[in-house]
Amino acid sequence: MSAIVNASRRDFLKTSALAGGGLLIGFALPGASRFAEAASEFKPNAFIRITSDNRVTVICGLSEMGQGVHTAIPMLVAEELEADWSRIRVEQAPADPAYANPFMHMQATGGSSSVRAFWEPMRTAGATAREMLIAAAAETWKVDKSECRAEKGMVLHQGGRKLSYGKLAQSAAKQPAPKEVKLKDPKEFRIVGKGARRLDTSGKVNGSARFGMDVRLPGMLTAVVARAPVAGGKVASFNADKAKAMPGVKRVVQIGSGVAVVADGYWHAMKGRDALEIKWDHGAGASVSSEGIRKTFGELADKEGTIGLKQGDVGAALAGGAKKLEAVYEAPYLAHACMEPMNCTASVKSDSVEIWGSTQSPGLLQIVLSQVAGVKPEQVKVTTTMLGGGFGRRFGFDFAIDAVLTSKAVGAPVHVVFPREDDIKGYFYRPASLVKFQAALDAAGNPVAARMHAVSSSICDAGHMPYDANGLKLMKGVDGFAVEGLTEWPYATPNLQVEWTKNEPPVGVWFWRSVGHSQNIFFAEGLVDELAAAAGKDPFEYRRALLGNAPRYKGVLELAAEKAGWGKPSVGGRSRGIAVGQSFGSYVAEVAEVSVGSDGKVKVHRVVCAVDCGGTVNPDIVKRQMESAIVFGLSAALYGRITLKDGKVEQSNFSDYPVLRMNEMPQVEVHILPSSEAPGGVGEPGLPPLAPAVANAVFAATGKRVRKLPFDAADLKKA
Amino acid sequence: MISLSVNGKKISVNDDPDTPLLWVLRDTLGMTGTKFGCGVALCGACTVHVDGKPVRSCSTPVSAAAGKRITTIEAMAANPVGKAVQAAWVKHDVPQCGYCQSGQIMSASALLAQNKKPSDADIDAAMSGNVCRCGTYNQIRAAIKDAAQSMAKGA
Repeated sequence: MSAIVNASRRDFLKTSALAGGGLLIGFALPGASRFAEAASEFKPNAFIRITSDNRVTVICGLSEMGQGVHTAIPMLVAEELEADWSRIRVEQAPADPAYANPFMHMQATGGSSSVRAFWEPMRTAGATAREMLIAAAAETWKVDKSECRAEKGMVLHQGGRKLSYGKLAQSAAKQPAPKEVKLKDPKEFRIVGKGARRLDTSGKVNGSARFGMDVRLPGMLTAVVARAPVAGGKVASFNADKAKAMPGVKRVVQIGSGVAVVADGYWHAMKGRDALEIKWDHGAGASVSSEGIRKTFGELADKEGTIGLKQGDVGAALAGGAKKLEAVYEAPYLAHACMEPMNCTASVKSDSVEIWGSTQSPGLLQIVLSQVAGVKPEQVKVTTTMLGGGFGRRFGFDFAIDAVLTSKAVGAPVHVVFPREDDIKGYFYRPASLVKFQAALDAAGNPVAARMHAVSSSICDAGHMPYDANGLKLMKGVDGFAVEGLTEWPYATPNLQVEWTKNEPPVGVWFWRSVGHSQNIFFAEGLVDELAAAAGKDPFEYRRALLGNAPRYKGVLELAAEKAGWGKPSVGGRSRGIAVGQSFGSYVAEVAEVSVGSDGKVKVHRVVCAVDCGGTVNPDIVKRQMESAIVFGLSAALYGRITLKDGKVEQSNFSDYPVLRMNEMPQVEVHILPSSEAPGGVGEPGLPPLAPAVANAVFAATGKRVRKLPFDAADLKKA
Repeated sequence: MISLSVNGKKISVNDDPDTPLLWVLRDTLGMTGTKFGCGVALCGACTVHVDGKPVRSCSTPVSAAAGKRITTIEAMAANPVGKAVQAAWVKHDVPQCGYCQSGQIMSASALLAQNKKPSDADIDAAMSGNVCRCGTYNQIRAAIKDAAQSMAKGA
């Protein structure tokens, strides 16, 4: 069915003639009103710029961090615009409330939301421009609009005449915006769903793509900040004499996060920081250790938590079950380790702030930095560069605050750079978490009850967000991010209770690719595998039988099993494990083929992934994002661990925070389940099933349950 | 003053001799195609060629590169091997975030310059020093093999 979008009712269409002669179209979204109203003028949300050279530029307010949004968004526009894809270009939008992401009510990229949030608005923008171009052609030819149609960057008249979009741009700009536009039936799509080459590749193969790290301004200085080695620690005193005497060092200034050494370049700033003498007041955090945190979490998990979800009577069902099972699962703190270390450039003047950098949240930065610098949000200009990875880390604003405060202190443009060690030790971690399961099976081996009690910090508290920010409708007092992936337990279980206990060690936590699902689907898919084993059933068949009311889970589970050859012999006798999960509106199942060496080391040979992400915009990008998330998840499962001793983070760089390398890369196959459902996210949902699929394969290989990440070779060697 | 040859140009710089070549390229010469990733030769993002050999510029003092031929990503299009590698990267749409890809391309070009038909083991050996957090390793491997084939056809 084609959707009719009544544009005028929303009163959001706005068009204007470009100074250079062309059509510029934009519109604001209903969801953007919260911030749009705060602005003194109405600003358009999304823009299409068509110039007389037939070039169509899509101005994208979302941040490109590898996920392909700078290709997917133009595809949505081009589809309805009937544009010639070879003439499409993409340009990064400035920070402006008009570009607010309707899912988040601010300009931000995250939560695998871009295509979901902009699926209709971007198509509407394209369709609106198309109608105005057709109207312009009809007027030129003095014919009725109904005799004209658009195709590949041209308007064609049934009599054989044609005009290019470039030629029509100027007159189209004078046309009134249509009150209603008809969106195409997905069956008519010729770009969306068909795949298209990425638009950002050329600059990324010749070194010209500009990341935050590459910002260079006249008179710009470079700063590195000496930061408290213990979270919550403060500078007691410092002596900058030696640092200031180092070559190239211009200034040494204390800012909120520590002491900034400002120099004529990175190397001099680093040498200056090495020479800096600081006495730290470590505060209460100095006694914190990973072992202590783990012990506290474990003790709390034995008690009652705050109930977030309750079905039936878990207590009675657990007592009456034929077979009972208890298990404690754990996941560590994790750093993002984006390839581009955190950094930001700022130029602060008395009445304005300008920043350039890799950010997922330019809208949030405008607000936060206006408060930091004491100016109005509209006086904060944000230029978003390419992002050298984001994974949630670049939703943060600590690096931008550092840059603003340092620039303000020294009165010059300053590029604050985190050395890799600062990035790894930066206290923006995926929360450590522990969950205690109690489950009971009936005589046939089917689950009758599951009680799940998770203990962790709250990301919502860290981000000053309401506990239902992820959209889960839970009982009061439970952070949805802490239990997502548990509360969606898809297996038929009449009595289910999910509890959470908040515990806040002084360790900063933050969004990390797939957020709560990253650990909770590992936990849940470990539990169901344990239940299958307790019931004496095949882990795939057991899941399948319990997914009767969850067809989309079942669909991907069956597809992954089929493509992996589940139940058939594997190459070299490798063991298989399976897991399935839903996150961000998409369903993913993965089968891992694994062998465990005599040294206990886990080698993943092959991962078969099946995804149902609803309607797909770019199948190539969907497949790459699944593979990307699998690699990210595998790095975490094999190696990922941030630990603390005496309040200090023990890891520092890729030596002690290793990530997957070429020689460890498994074969990956991704299969997309055709779907007419609304689009789901793709940047994150491939991650959660990976760790449990591998852990379940390790169980198949060794008989040893992995309940704690990352995998411990010494422990598996004993198996 | 230290005399350098960067992408065929003779340049003199005033940096301290212990300054890593990476920061001379990025901060002194403004050539930002070569990336900073870890600072200690663990990730490969900063890979350049010195006399044709892949070198981690973050851990190479500029004094050690004096008088040698330094080649960076910015000059790869002018190099027959580099050009073939870049074309294969485009054909396979390898980059995602792209931050590590300058280093990946420099390592791959150095490999193909001395090994016209690398095996999987050769690719592992040459490329495992280059980290990619987006996980493009399988596409990198395919692109290297493709570049090797296209070079063989062109030869």
